[in-house]
Amino acid sequence: MPNSQSVMTKKSVSKKIGVLNLQGAVSEHLTMLKRIEQVEPIAVKQAEQLADLDGLIIPGGESTAISRLIRQNGLLEPIKQFAAQGKGIFGTCAGLVLCGMETKHHEVELLKLIDIQVERNGFGRQIASFETTLDIAPIGTDIPAVFIRAPYIARAGENVTLLASVNGHGVMAQQGHILVCSFHPELTQDDRVIRYFVNLC
Amino acid sequence: MTIQTGTQTVKRGMAQMQKGGVIMDVVNAEQAKIAEQAGAVAVMALERVPSDIRAAGGVARMADPTIVEAVMNAVTIPVMAKARIGHIVEARILESMGVDYIDESEVLTPADEQYHLLKNEFTVPFVCGCRDLGEALRRIGEGASMLRTKGEPGTGNIVEAVRHMRKVNEQIRLVVSKSKDELMTLAKEIGAPYELILQVKELGKLPVVNFAAGGVATPADAALMMQLGADGVFVGSGIFKSENPEKFAKAIVQATTYFDDYPRLAELSKGLGQAMKGIEISRLTEAERMQDRGW
Repeated sequence: MPNSQSVMTKKSVSKKIGVLNLQGAVSEHLTMLKRIEQVEPIAVKQAEQLADLDGLIIPGGESTAISRLIRQNGLLEPIKQFAAQGKGIFGTCAGLVLCGMETKHHEVELLKLIDIQVERNGFGRQIASFETTLDIAPIGTDIPAVFIRAPYIARAGENVTLLASVNGHGVMAQQGHILVCSFHPELTQDDRVIRYFVNLC
Repeated sequence: MTIQTGTQTVKRGMAQMQKGGVIMDVVNAEQAKIAEQAGAVAVMALERVPSDIRAAGGVARMADPTIVEAVMNAVTIPVMAKARIGHIVEARILESMGVDYIDESEVLTPADEQYHLLKNEFTVPFVCGCRDLGEALRRIGEGASMLRTKGEPGTGNIVEAVRHMRKVNEQIRLVVSKSKDELMTLAKEIGAPYELILQVKELGKLPVVNFAAGGVATPADAALMMQLGADGVFVGSGIFKSENPEKFAKAIVQATTYFDDYPRLAELSKGLGQAMKGIEISRLTEAERMQDRGW
């Protein structure tokens, strides 16, 4: 049974996790974060909000739209600095594209936080969007994964650990405190992937 | 590894990824590129924007596939296209071309005056218009994965979109406030499937994303619809019928994200040039009202 002392301690170690609130599946991530004990979810629209955070999720959406909003609203350098401080960043789908080092499409300005080359919409258009389950070694087995016009990882640098793949294409990777995945854990009821990220922060 | 396509999660999820964004009507590759550059989350490929459909009169049909294809080849963002209400074959043609979303749209002349498409049977997801909760839930019952207000397309007049967004949200609050034993009668009164009424009661909101559409002409219009609870915004004639489409497109994208930041909205609204010319709704004859199409 937790006594009041341990409750106090727990409160003091609570983590503030931001969700970049420019465009995309923001509320879904916030809802999932709310389920996790000791996490305070925060929707982030302004660069100043980053200072308080332990981690940041860059959600799924349209990578072109989000990249423009990041640039136009002065968030590019602050997010890079946030990562340089060793804070956790988790990019899902469009977020994976934005965290990547290079892509063939020049419409998107990348944050270059993880040494991967990204194939945008690599799995095809919407009619090819799919659901499956994945075994992700450090997280667990049979994890439901929703892929929507999903990108894949075409190449990963030597410091990057590939955590999952579909049909030979990398769909989840980690480099230190930077985590990316092609799919949408926030569209499922399974919070193991998000918990794994929170523990990195 | 089992892979399932066309599931409800995948179809509704695609619309969830569009939230907080702007979907722009375009009629060629060049406009599509301008929209993508401005930060649109998707484009709607059309032969004519709604205001030109109004002006042209006659029967409005699915766009020439050449236009849809040109737009699909020009941009990397999702491409939507419109099929006539109840036109099974237009919808199947668009699906076979690989468009990312189909709008079963009252902007085109209906092909069926009694039945909508059974959208559940398609792999491609659909968006449909609604003026009230009953209409919204009937469309979801048929398999729509995304909704939008009907508004009054091609008028540049936001009043109908406001009416429809307020109506849907007011009726959602009514469902939530009612006790469970009152809901069958309510379902009957508003013409909504009972099971979906129960779902709204439980969720406190629609089970799919609901965008604003039909009359958005300025950044302030877009921000207004977001404040009224829209998940995002469709802009039809509002961009490419304005004096400076690039500027309008960019400003509307910003306004949709920063919809409650008034100093920023003031900045965004400066020096945009003329917005599209609007139409007073009461000037429209009954036959000219697109929102009354749909059953």
